[in-house]
Amino acid sequence: MTAAPEQATRYEAVIGLEVHVELATRTKMFCGCATDFGGEPNTRTCPICLGQPGSLPVVNRRAVEYAIRLGLALGCTIAPSSQFHRKNYFYPDMPKNYQISQYDVPICLGGHLDTTTAAGTRRVGITRVHMEEDTGKSLHVGTSGRIHGADYSLVDYNRAGIPLLEVVSEPDLRSAEEAKAYLTELRAIVLALGISDARLEEGSMRCDANVSLRPVGHTVFGTRAEVKNMNSVRSLGRAITYEIARQAELLTSGRLVVLETRHWNEDAGETSTLRVKETTEDYRYFPDPDLVPLEPDPAWVDELRAALPELPAVTRHRLATTYGLSGEQVATLAGGGLVGLLTDAVEAGAAPGEAANWLANEVTSWMNEHAAAAPPLSGAQLAELTALVGDGTLSTKLARDVLTGVLAGEGSPRAVVDARGLAQISDTDELTRIVDAVIAEQAEAAQRVRDGNDKAIGALVGGVMRRSQGKANPQLVNQLLRDRLTAGG
Amino acid sequence: MTAALLTAGALGLRQLLEMRAVSAVEVTQAHLDRAHATDDRVHAFLRVLDDEALAAAADVDRRTAAGEETGPLAGIPLALKDILCTKGVETTCGSRILEHYRPPYDATVVERLRAADAIVLGKANMDEFAMGSSTENSAFGPSHNPWDLGRVPGGSSGGATAAVAAFSAPLGIGTDTGGSIRQPAALCGLVGVKPTYGLVSRYGLIAFASSLDQVGPIARSVRDAAMLFDVIAGHDPLDSTSIPVEVPDVQGRLEAGVDGLRIGVVREFLGEGIAEGVRDRVTDAIERLTKLGADVVDVSLPHAGYGVSAYYLIAPSECSSNLSRYDGVRYGLRRPGETTEEMMARTRDDGFGPEVKRRIMIGTYALSAGYYDAYYAQAQRIRTLIIRDFEAAYADCDVLVGPTTPTTAFELGEKTADPLAMYLNDVYTIPSNLAGAPALSLPVGLDDAGLPVGLQIMAPVLGEAVMFRVARALETDLAFDPTPAGPNALEAP
Repeated sequence: MTAAPEQATRYEAVIGLEVHVELATRTKMFCGCATDFGGEPNTRTCPICLGQPGSLPVVNRRAVEYAIRLGLALGCTIAPSSQFHRKNYFYPDMPKNYQISQYDVPICLGGHLDTTTAAGTRRVGITRVHMEEDTGKSLHVGTSGRIHGADYSLVDYNRAGIPLLEVVSEPDLRSAEEAKAYLTELRAIVLALGISDARLEEGSMRCDANVSLRPVGHTVFGTRAEVKNMNSVRSLGRAITYEIARQAELLTSGRLVVLETRHWNEDAGETSTLRVKETTEDYRYFPDPDLVPLEPDPAWVDELRAALPELPAVTRHRLATTYGLSGEQVATLAGGGLVGLLTDAVEAGAAPGEAANWLANEVTSWMNEHAAAAPPLSGAQLAELTALVGDGTLSTKLARDVLTGVLAGEGSPRAVVDARGLAQISDTDELTRIVDAVIAEQAEAAQRVRDGNDKAIGALVGGVMRRSQGKANPQLVNQLLRDRLTAGG
Repeated sequence: MTAALLTAGALGLRQLLEMRAVSAVEVTQAHLDRAHATDDRVHAFLRVLDDEALAAAADVDRRTAAGEETGPLAGIPLALKDILCTKGVETTCGSRILEHYRPPYDATVVERLRAADAIVLGKANMDEFAMGSSTENSAFGPSHNPWDLGRVPGGSSGGATAAVAAFSAPLGIGTDTGGSIRQPAALCGLVGVKPTYGLVSRYGLIAFASSLDQVGPIARSVRDAAMLFDVIAGHDPLDSTSIPVEVPDVQGRLEAGVDGLRIGVVREFLGEGIAEGVRDRVTDAIERLTKLGADVVDVSLPHAGYGVSAYYLIAPSECSSNLSRYDGVRYGLRRPGETTEEMMARTRDDGFGPEVKRRIMIGTYALSAGYYDAYYAQAQRIRTLIIRDFEAAYADCDVLVGPTTPTTAFELGEKTADPLAMYLNDVYTIPSNLAGAPALSLPVGLDDAGLPVGLQIMAPVLGEAVMFRVARALETDLAFDPTPAGPNALEAP
């Protein structure tokens, strides 16, 4: 084993992220085609998004609104006049062989996003947010499944022309953890604004990472690699961790990092060369002569600013301070989009902690099981459920069954209790009869309790619950059994 | 009777149709017959649409008989440049790469024409993708000038102008990017109009240079051109560059004369390079304007001379991007290849003609990183200077006049070997395209060889009303006969 060099250079990672957000507009960026996912190939198309000769683009006002709202949420300046450019390159899934995008005058400039990790909070600069159109999708048919070696290729243009925002950060991030926190926070903002469903797995939110290393203390950037194909926050973290290690090894062994685009392979857990950027690709950008400059009315921008929803950082602060929730609960509720429901439930009289527990546990599990974006539950219903537990009508166990009924669409908690006959038996006379019957039936166990074996009481409680079909109030049952068996009964 | 239908013009035909002296089917059939009888020599049409035209005419007749309302161009045949998309009807833009291409939709202009009940007689020949000044760049062979069948009709809208000059149609629709309506109109003795940029929708107009392309009317008289202008102009939400304003009323004061108008003669347009015959006829016309009561003054457009240079950077730059979509993937020609790139390259190599390739290469170069500022951006700055020249001139004048072209019609093959000589044909027409302003070419007589000469009347943005008015006054005074004459002319109808 060789000794490590005495003064090994220590490296610092420099990371910038480019995030694409597919906007949840009803129609495409420049035409009236539907954006809904999953139609038969090439059924969500028209002469415009197919780039038929003579067709012309018209900007979707809703997409502009979404861009402005995200820009405002990120503290960007909204350009009084921005422009669409053409980015020219040949690719079969691009109908016009140019992409309409924004270049030197994007709609939003110069914002920031605060990201918090165990290492502290860092303010990450947002260089710009710009608008562009998505491309179609190629399907390569043949043994390889890739373009090389395919027998033939098919193109589906349903996605072509769907509006995208590209959010470009400054190279301010310094670790995989920070990058994950940034992406998580950006996603939360996008969800709070309701401008995209922001699903990383399905590609409605996509993230590329520019990663480079430099010796600690240096200000000049090292050569970067751009890493693509991360399909979750976790894989972003893994890819960056891998890439930092790969580059550190190259540098410590005296080799150079190559300027290139690398592909993250989730299964192999490594990045590999996709293409080497020997020269900057020349996209021959020029202002799209089919579109006029985008000049949003300042009064409209002010309206949008005034109507911004509460942003996630503010929400988290509010939940922690006024509701006294734990960081973990806050993260679960915010991540699941359940904050509004919690607020409604509290307003309807629920205790914040209890309502938060139901949402963070049972409701979240139900959403995961059913792959639902939102539960079919109102704040008032949740408040009613906690009230039924609070007044002893339901045990926690029964309340779970009632919630299942509510989520299955059987009506309000009260209605489910009535329909399913789930109310807890808290009537002492009725319970006493059941308790006496069980003591007679399980005389042996009863005797052990009388003899001082406290654990034996469990069998008797179980017997009572069985006889009452789970409806007996467990605290009361315990109390009655003890009264009967220990107080000389 | 047939000859009378052919020479009546759009306005005359409308009167005959309204009096029920003739049916739309008779009018259409007469023009179809004329087209079939002459097109072997003129080659104005790429496709004559007999069945579609007769069906549309029969529909007009049926509705007229039923007392239903019909449009302002009901029953009037029209030659449509093959650059405008017609749903289900082959539209080639004069190119092999779009041979057999059938658009899935109608251009807005075509919709407007159909709504006005005009009869689309056929799709007219043109230089490939509107790049040319003679129709010799058409992939399907050139058109011939009815005034001298050995000469070009001009271009790129040469097919539509040749059809109107041949009396195969009273009206034509062309497009003008650098003079492609006015230059052929001048060479064929016709009225040709390039409207203000944004007044006529470009939706469904196959793009050559998007910031310059504009659809306009071609006719044998100012009044016919005004009628057609009224039908095609108007805001279109499908075209973001369409301007949401009221269309200038070109018919209201058409007969108001030029008395009291101030007309500027562009000094630079009568300098070097102009043929004597053209200069003489243009000078005569200007003298007539003075006699008619206009205040004629000398004006200068000092930067107009740079127009051709700026144009031949801006137009090719835009075209290099606009024509990228013709790659064999979705429609049109496809040549097989081992890889996608090879398929695209072979398709484009076989599908585009030499002039189109030349312009794609010039434009690709001009937009390249490192050259953009020196070429494209610089050309845009010249464009701004030319706009300022016009603004200064219009501070003092209602319209500007000068020749439409430096020469009359040239012989087929005369300039094909020298692209620069061909480009210089557009030297007087290009500035209006760069400025987005309207301009009109009016026939003002014949040169010594008996070939038509065009006077260009330019107006400020949205100044169509005064432009048509000046043209009408001069037309009335000149009484130019648009019937081709001369030893090598097409026979009169």
